Amino acid sequence: MALLELKGIRVRYGNVEALHGIDLSVEEGEIVTLLGANGAGKSTTLLTISGLVRPCAGDVLFDGRSLLRIPAHDVVRQGIAQSPEGRRVFGTMTVLENLRLGAFSVRDKDKCEKTLEWIFDLFPRLFERRDQLAGTLSGGEQQMLAIGRALMAQPRLLLLDEPSLGLAPLFVRSIFETVRNISASGVTVLLVEQNARAALKLASRGYVLEVGNVVMHDTAQNLLADPSVREAYLGG
Amino acid sequence: MEQFFQQLLNGLAVGGIYALVALGYTMVYGVLKLINFAHGDLFTIGAYLGLTLLVSCNLSGILGPAAAVLAVFVMVALLVALLGCLLERAAYRPLRKANRLSAVVSALGASIFFQNAVMLIYGARFYVYPDYLRPDFTVSLFGMAVPGVRLLVIAASVLLMLALWAFIQRTRTGAAIRAVAIDQGAARLMGINVNRVISLVFFIGPGLGGAAGLMVGIYYGQIDFTMGWSYGLKAFTAAILGGIGNIPGAMLGGLLLGVIEALAAGYIAIAWKDAIAFLVLILILIIRPTGILGERTADKL
Ligand SMILES: Nc1ncnc2c1ncn2[C@@H]1O[C@H](COP(=O)(O)OP(=O)(O)OP(=O)(O)O)[C@@H](O)[C@H]1O
Ligand SMILES: [Mg+2]
Repeated sequence: MALLELKGIRVRYGNVEALHGIDLSVEEGEIVTLLGANGAGKSTTLLTISGLVRPCAGDVLFDGRSLLRIPAHDVVRQGIAQSPEGRRVFGTMTVLENLRLGAFSVRDKDKCEKTLEWIFDLFPRLFERRDQLAGTLSGGEQQMLAIGRALMAQPRLLLLDEPSLGLAPLFVRSIFETVRNISASGVTVLLVEQNARAALKLASRGYVLEVGNVVMHDTAQNLLADPSVREAYLGG
Repeated sequence: MEQFFQQLLNGLAVGGIYALVALGYTMVYGVLKLINFAHGDLFTIGAYLGLTLLVSCNLSGILGPAAAVLAVFVMVALLVALLGCLLERAAYRPLRKANRLSAVVSALGASIFFQNAVMLIYGARFYVYPDYLRPDFTVSLFGMAVPGVRLLVIAASVLLMLALWAFIQRTRTGAAIRAVAIDQGAARLMGINVNRVISLVFFIGPGLGGAAGLMVGIYYGQIDFTMGWSYGLKAFTAAILGGIGNIPGAMLGGLLLGVIEALAAGYIAIAWKDAIAFLVLILILIIRPTGILGERTADKL
């Protein structure tokens, strides 16, 4: 059984349908990437999984159970955390306060402290800046914080929405390296990326979204080799 | 010099009351971006409820004035806090997804409703808090005789503000309130129940406002059903002065406004105190449009 399964998800914003029936599945332990042009519906898909956007048809199953009847704030307690598009760190709070809020749903204090140590290992920069206001961090540091904050929930499934957006190439490489480490520690990852080549090198499988439809899904290797994917997303 | 310090202390007492009421405006604005126009009326209800409990229910006869005032202080805060939660459920939650103007109209409606309810229940005359409820000792401070009630009002409001500050800054729930004020969606991603946080804010704000109403009754000895309007306007001004949405801003704005008013009344003329208070507001907003402590750091995207 897949860890996460989307079945025929349709999402409407007002009168406009943004997702026209998405099917997608993620197995435990995988890194799966979701590719697509601007406005294809990638962020909408992730927000639907987290319950911030409600579909008008279809179902989201996590561990075989539907998430649609659960309020958004309980989804994270099921084991799904998200680092959202635009990072959305709490700017007027410190780095440490942001991280602790990430663990808002976790009751076990000792485990929290261990996770915090692990996150400071992954991102030593966050440790150095733990008392700084999140809004004053650089873009790359904010991205680290958004990922670290999501990890504080000790999720089984981590949703990452464009973690490399707006970062310098060196930073991008280190973020992708970190995603690999996170995955190696046993967290399943669903990764939305503009940087298709890097994402496909990291992932085992990928989905390609075009204006609200899944137009292709395959192993990452096959997608990397596919002429139409190369044409549209890998710059020829 | 003596007059200056007496006015200063008087200003701090009034300012503390403004600050307590201002906190309700600012906290609600923080999480909902809504001005709760009915907040001033919740403050009025606190003043009337206090009088009813102390005098009509004869709690001051049963417990003695000092213990009764203390007990009623807590009771009024809790009752008005519950009323605040109810108000949110009935008047604001159903309109959460409607456009902003609907919520504003609903807030104005709730204000009129409460004000008329108080008038119908108690009548359109003013009421007097009996003298024996007022602590009548004086404290000598640097050679001045300072009314004890003045110091008690200052102490009570400062204590409540410190407690609120510690709660907001030091506890997990306080952090959740701050997070909801910054970004509701991100807060939900953290597992924060936004509705529960909003209910809590509508509990704390009106609770403090109700307590402030009782404090006015005891400090000035006289209340009427329109007091929520004048105090509400002053407290709202204080919240703007400090930077709306900002909790320490409301505290600072309230105290500052109280002191400015008292000094203006003492040194210029009582009739000018409101005009001078608003002049200061306008000047500060010209220099700092976000209020004194508003938007200390910009959020980067
Ligand atoms: N809150 C909203 N209200 C109305 N329409 C929306 C809303 N959010 C997204 N949309 C629309 O839904 C479609 C999908 O948007 P979405 O943000 O999911 O795209 P995306 O694939 O994440 O794009 P990008 O790569 O630019 O982030 C777009 O056409 C967008 O305009
Ligand atoms: Mg997006």
